[in-house]
Amino acid sequence: MKIIVCVKQVPDTNEVKIDPVKGTLIRDGVPSILNHDDANALEEALRIKDQYPDTHITVLTMGPPQAKDMLTDCLAMGADEAILLSDRALGGSDTWATSNALAAGIRKIGDFDLIFAGRQAIDGDTAQVGPQLAEKLGLPQVTYVKEFSFNGRDITVKRALEDGYEVIQLQMPCLLTAIKELNKPRYMPVKGIYKACEKEITVWNAKDINVDLKKVGLEASPTNVHRSFTPAPKGKGIMIDGDSPKDLADKLVAKLKEKHII
Amino acid sequence: MAIKVINEKCKGCALCVKACPFDAIDMIEKLAVINEKCTACNQCIPACPFQAIEKTAEEEAKVDLSQYKDVWVYTEQRNGKLMNVALELLGEGYRLSREIGNDAKVCAVLIGGNVEHLVKELYAYGADKVYMISDPLLERYTTDGYTKVLTDAIREYKPEIVIFGATHIGRDLAPRVAARLDTGLTADCTRLDVNTGNYIDYLEKYTTVNTEGLDRNNGDKNLKQTRPAFGGNLMATIVCPSHRPQMSTVRPGVMNKRERDDKAVGELVKVNHKLSKEDIHTNVVEVVKAAKELVSLTDAQIICSGGRGLGDASGFELIKKFADKVGGVVGASRAAVDAGWIDHSHQVGQTGTTVKPKIYFACGISGAIQHLAGMQTSDTIIAINKDPEAPIFEVADFGIVGDLYKVIPEIMAKWDEN
Repeated sequence: MKIIVCVKQVPDTNEVKIDPVKGTLIRDGVPSILNHDDANALEEALRIKDQYPDTHITVLTMGPPQAKDMLTDCLAMGADEAILLSDRALGGSDTWATSNALAAGIRKIGDFDLIFAGRQAIDGDTAQVGPQLAEKLGLPQVTYVKEFSFNGRDITVKRALEDGYEVIQLQMPCLLTAIKELNKPRYMPVKGIYKACEKEITVWNAKDINVDLKKVGLEASPTNVHRSFTPAPKGKGIMIDGDSPKDLADKLVAKLKEKHII
Repeated sequence: MAIKVINEKCKGCALCVKACPFDAIDMIEKLAVINEKCTACNQCIPACPFQAIEKTAEEEAKVDLSQYKDVWVYTEQRNGKLMNVALELLGEGYRLSREIGNDAKVCAVLIGGNVEHLVKELYAYGADKVYMISDPLLERYTTDGYTKVLTDAIREYKPEIVIFGATHIGRDLAPRVAARLDTGLTADCTRLDVNTGNYIDYLEKYTTVNTEGLDRNNGDKNLKQTRPAFGGNLMATIVCPSHRPQMSTVRPGVMNKRERDDKAVGELVKVNHKLSKEDIHTNVVEVVKAAKELVSLTDAQIICSGGRGLGDASGFELIKKFADKVGGVVGASRAAVDAGWIDHSHQVGQTGTTVKPKIYFACGISGAIQHLAGMQTSDTIIAINKDPEAPIFEVADFGIVGDLYKVIPEIMAKWDEN
C-alpha cells in the first residue's frame, strides 16, 4: 500500500508568551515542532506499515527550508520518504492556495491509496487544508477520525462529533484527517535517527510540481490579512487579601455580592 | 497583497525582525529581507521607525461582485433538531444583512431528509427567507451530498456572505464548499463586521489598535472577519476582497440569538437539486451518542475549571462538588486534559471550547495563552492559584493566592449563606 502523510512544521504555541508591557509576542527560543495532529496522522500510517511491511509512506510538507528538520524527525519515526515543497512563490498561501500546491505535489508523486493529514495545525487552527486538498484531488474525505481499520480497499472509521461519533465506511483512495484520540505517536527509535540522517529529503519548487502560479502564494490567495493586532489587556483585577482560607472566601463572596455578581 | 521593504529607507535596525510573529524577516547585509514565511499580517509596518516597510496592493475584481447580495446562514440540524449555533448565526446574519442594507436579506439554508417542520423556528429567530433542500439522501450528513447541493444552490442564488457554525460538521462542510467555489473561507471567527464604523468601534474598545486616522465612512462593505490567530496571541481581521461569496465559520457561543418571535413570517424557497446515490462516496453506518454526560460549556452561566494545580485526577471530585454547589459546569485546562485527569469534552481554550459565562472560576490554572483565548471574555473571572506570578491573575477580576483545596470548601460553605 502507498500512503501519503501531509504534515506541517509549527511553532510550539504553548511556549509563546506575550510581553505584558508592550503587548507583543515573545517568540525568542520558541521551538518548531511537528504539528500534534499530524504526528497522529503519521503514527496511523506507521501502524499500517508495522502490520504490512511492504507499505510505503511518503511524508509531504510545504514550508521554508527549515522544515527539513521536522521531515528528518518523520523519517526517524519510520517514514520511507520525505518531500518538501519550498518556493518563495508558494509563500503566504492561504488554505485554498496551500491545498492547490499540495495537490500539485501529490499529483507529481503519482499513485497512492490513502492520504492522512492532521485535523488542524496549532498555529492557524483552521482545519481547512485537509478538506480543501481532498476537494482539489476529487477524493472522498473523513475529518476528525478517532478510530481506523481497513480490509482490502474497504475502510471503516469512527468520526468524532461533539457529543458522540459516527461510524463511516468508504473506499480507498481517500483522505482522512486525524485527531489526538486516534493513537499515541511513537518516539523516534535510536536506529531510526541514524537511518534518517542518511536519507535525502527531496525538495521541489513551484516549477517542479508544475503548479499554476495563479493558484498559489500570497497574491493568488482569496483571503488576506486586513489587519492584525493584540487584544486590549483587561485592567488588573482585585487581589483578595486574607489571613486564612475562610477569611479569603468570605471576602470574595462579599465582593461578589457587593458588585451584584451573585 | 505583499509586504515590501523599501531598501533606500531601511537602516538595518532589525526592529521589524523583533516585531514579526512569523519569523519572516531576515537581516541580510544590514537590510531587512522578507522571506516566504510572510503572511502579510502587517505587524512590521508600524514597528519600523523609518517607514521603510509598505504593503503593496494590486486588487482587480475577479468576479462581478454586484451580482451577490444576501447573507446566508447554514442552519445545521441533527436528527431534525436545529443546533444552537444555527440560531446564534441567524441573529448575527440578521445584523450583517442590515449593515449591507440595499434590501439584503438574511436567509437560512436548511438541508436534511425531512426538515420542513423547522422552517417556522427559523423565521422566529430572524430568517427573512429559508432555502430548503430536502431529499432522503440527505437524511444524514455526508460531506459529498451536502457539499453538492449547497454548492449548486450558492451558484444559483449568489449570496454575498455564507456563514457556518464551526462545529465538527460545519468545519467539514465549509472548506469543501469554499474549495469547490474557489472562494475564500475564514475559520473560527469571533467577530464579523460589514459596516466600517462598527468595526472601528470594536477596535477602539477591545484592542490595542490606534484608530486615529481610520475613516469610519469609507464605504468599505467587505466582510471583516476577525479571529484569534497564532494560538490566540494575536487577533487577525481577514478579508476576501475579490471573490464571492465571502465565507466564514463562526465559533459556537460567541454570537447572540435574536429574541424568539413566533409571529414572524418569511418566504420559503424549495430548492431544486440534482443529487444521486452515486454522488455520495461515504456510508454513515450509525451515529452513536456518547453515554457520558453532555457538557454544555457554551451555555453555562457558571463554570468551575480545574488545571494542573489540582495535582491529580481526584482534584476534579472537589471541582465537581464545587460546580454542583454554585450551579455550574466543570471545565478544564489543556494541561489537565492532556494529563488524562478528565475528558476532552470539558476542555476550555483555543483547542477546546470557547466560553463566556457570567462567572468563571479558574482553579489551579496558570493561564497559558491558549486557555486564556477561550475564556477571557467571561463576565467575571475568579482565579485561585498558589503561584502569585501565574498569568491567570493578569486577566482575573478577582484573585486569591492560596491553596485551592482549602479555599474552595470555604467558598462553598459561604455560598450556602446566600
